Amino acid sequence: MNCIWCDADIIPQVNWGNLFVLEKPKLLCPVCEGKLDKIEGKRCVRCSRRSADKVCSDCQWWEEKEGERIIEFNYSIFSYNEMMKDMIAKWKYRGDYYVGEAFKHSFITAYHEKFAFLKKNAVVVPIPLSTRRLKERAFNQAKMLADFLPVETIEALCRTHGEKQSKKSRMERIYADNPFFIEESINKSVILVDDIYTTGTTLRHAAKLLRDHHCPEIYALTLVRG
Amino acid sequence: MSKDMISVPDPSLEQLSRIYSGKLLLRNEILLEDNLLRQLLHEKQFRPIKSIVKKNFTRQCQRCGNQKASLFATIPCFLCKQTHFYCRKCIEMGRVLECEPLYVWSGDKTKWPQQENPCSWRGELTPAQQQAANQMVMAVVNHDKELLIWAVCGAGKTEMLFPGINQALQLGKRVCIATPRADVVRELFPRLVSAFESVPIQALYGGSNTEEAAAQLIIATTHQLLRFQEAFDVVIIDEIDAFPFHADPSLLFAAERSKVPQSTMIYLTATPRKVHRKRISRKKLPHVFIPVRYHGHPLPVPKIKMCFSLKRELLHNKPPRPFIQWVRQRNNPERQLLIFVPTIVIAEKLKSPLACMFNKEGIIDAEESLTSVHAADENREEKVQQFRRKEFRVLLTTTILERGVTFPSVDVAILDAGHPVFDEAALVQIAGRAGRSVDDPTGEVMFFHDGRSEAMDRAITSIKLMNRRGGFS
Ligand SMILES: [Zn+2]
Ligand SMILES: [Zn+2]
Ligand SMILES: [Zn+2]
Repeated sequence: MNCIWCDADIIPQVNWGNLFVLEKPKLLCPVCEGKLDKIEGKRCVRCSRRSADKVCSDCQWWEEKEGERIIEFNYSIFSYNEMMKDMIAKWKYRGDYYVGEAFKHSFITAYHEKFAFLKKNAVVVPIPLSTRRLKERAFNQAKMLADFLPVETIEALCRTHGEKQSKKSRMERIYADNPFFIEESINKSVILVDDIYTTGTTLRHAAKLLRDHHCPEIYALTLVRG
Repeated sequence: MSKDMISVPDPSLEQLSRIYSGKLLLRNEILLEDNLLRQLLHEKQFRPIKSIVKKNFTRQCQRCGNQKASLFATIPCFLCKQTHFYCRKCIEMGRVLECEPLYVWSGDKTKWPQQENPCSWRGELTPAQQQAANQMVMAVVNHDKELLIWAVCGAGKTEMLFPGINQALQLGKRVCIATPRADVVRELFPRLVSAFESVPIQALYGGSNTEEAAAQLIIATTHQLLRFQEAFDVVIIDEIDAFPFHADPSLLFAAERSKVPQSTMIYLTATPRKVHRKRISRKKLPHVFIPVRYHGHPLPVPKIKMCFSLKRELLHNKPPRPFIQWVRQRNNPERQLLIFVPTIVIAEKLKSPLACMFNKEGIIDAEESLTSVHAADENREEKVQQFRRKEFRVLLTTTILERGVTFPSVDVAILDAGHPVFDEAALVQIAGRAGRSVDDPTGEVMFFHDGRSEAMDRAITSIKLMNRRGGFS
């Protein structure tokens, strides 16, 4: 096996602990794996941001503004550090599909730990790309993550092509018009899946649309908390 | 014809040929609308070629030559709705998908003009430079396949190339200079522009506008060669021994492909690797040797100094004692000081203690006069510029500054010179940083070590040998 990121050979470590149990092959070498920052310790119960407060100030602001909770909670696995920035850039923008495999195990584990209570009553909805982006990249990274999970994936949403999110200011992003439209209404619990949770605007737009079309409750699972 | 039609730019085949002949491109690197490209393909002006080809038990990317299984992966592709391979090796240059062809221009080739008097440089070459220049001119005229120019650090290799390039342009040839690093491209480009004022010249490196690389004289990073096929009559490969060229087979693959069948390859190096030395000694590779620097002074020969507790001192972020003693009594304390260490961690950790100690000793007058750089340092270019402007007295660095950069008046020290990152080529290059200017043609080079390595011995022997061949004894 070679490390997905640096292509170094990964030598399986055999010790008494794993001699008789076949360990899953490592996809990242220990050096690269060590550069990722798993969010641990205290975090906001709503948005997964590292926070001493139970509910962080951003989430309090959202709840005041909206007077309701559209997304029950978002759970993110990694912080957006330098290594993650590089990996996301190569995976998403360069289109190196295989890089996404490096996150498979963590993503499935997070699902089992945080969403197992939903049992089989939930479906996964990936945040879509516009057709134009999809043609450029040839794959949707959110769909790739969604397909890792042991529940049904429904591509219920579509996206119109607009400006790149990153080029807008925070206020513009928050008040931007909803770029999504719905293709299929879902009356089960939904776990929205995306690669990054930054301001939460994208996920809220998607969630609002689903809720307005009879979706009872909506959660989010994202790889990275930006 | 309607007004609309006229406003649509309609490139002539000649213009298209100038842009696209000699290239090997992905669809999105061709700035033509689908309709026009379809028509040109139909007229056989462009030819599609398969991008990833099966070869026995492996496959090969036709752009970068990659055959390593771990650098291919499969993708469930939205475009063709199939799951197929793509190349991970050259993905930084745009992704090669198995379902998309690469395109080559198969129409008429561009005829490059015979430039009448291309070289506007009026400087003078030293006899040694002139000798190398003459050899290169001969190689170009005779269509010799290869010539290696072995020129010591500070021989003034750029100027040496001018007569050969001049000759090539006069003969209507197309020339490419490929160099490993973008900094070097940026540094050489203006020098070429002023040396060949009347000739269209383009610089290509990651982030530059590479789509319309259509000049007769091109200076590019070695990676940019991946986009060319049968384009150049003369390819000059700078620092053939340097990373990534010597370590990355795809660059050699690309360099080979970028030249026309009857062409000349010029290799430049100060420290040839074994492969080339072997071919030289077997008389399989024509070469010319320039053992003297342009200012006519010999190369500084490194002195070595044993430091018994070097590893322990570095571990505790302490500069080795013999090093401090040397710094106190340098021949010329006015010189700036360039200190090489083996790792980024040491460069970062040693910075403050060293600055503090130098300040106390009066070697620098403020701790801010010392700084460190390494490959992962965002401000690296800026810091190097500042050192050049003498805003820092002392620069602590990893091997990233071993070549390419010149400072007029420095002393050079390596801490832990026996460390494996300092191979023979690196040591020779580092020693070559000293004594680069006419005004201060000497300089001290010190190897501090705790056990001399074979590489150290070989580097010193080879420097002495070069001096002897240069007529110094
Ligand atoms: Zn790795
Ligand atoms: Zn490739
Ligand atoms: Zn495809």
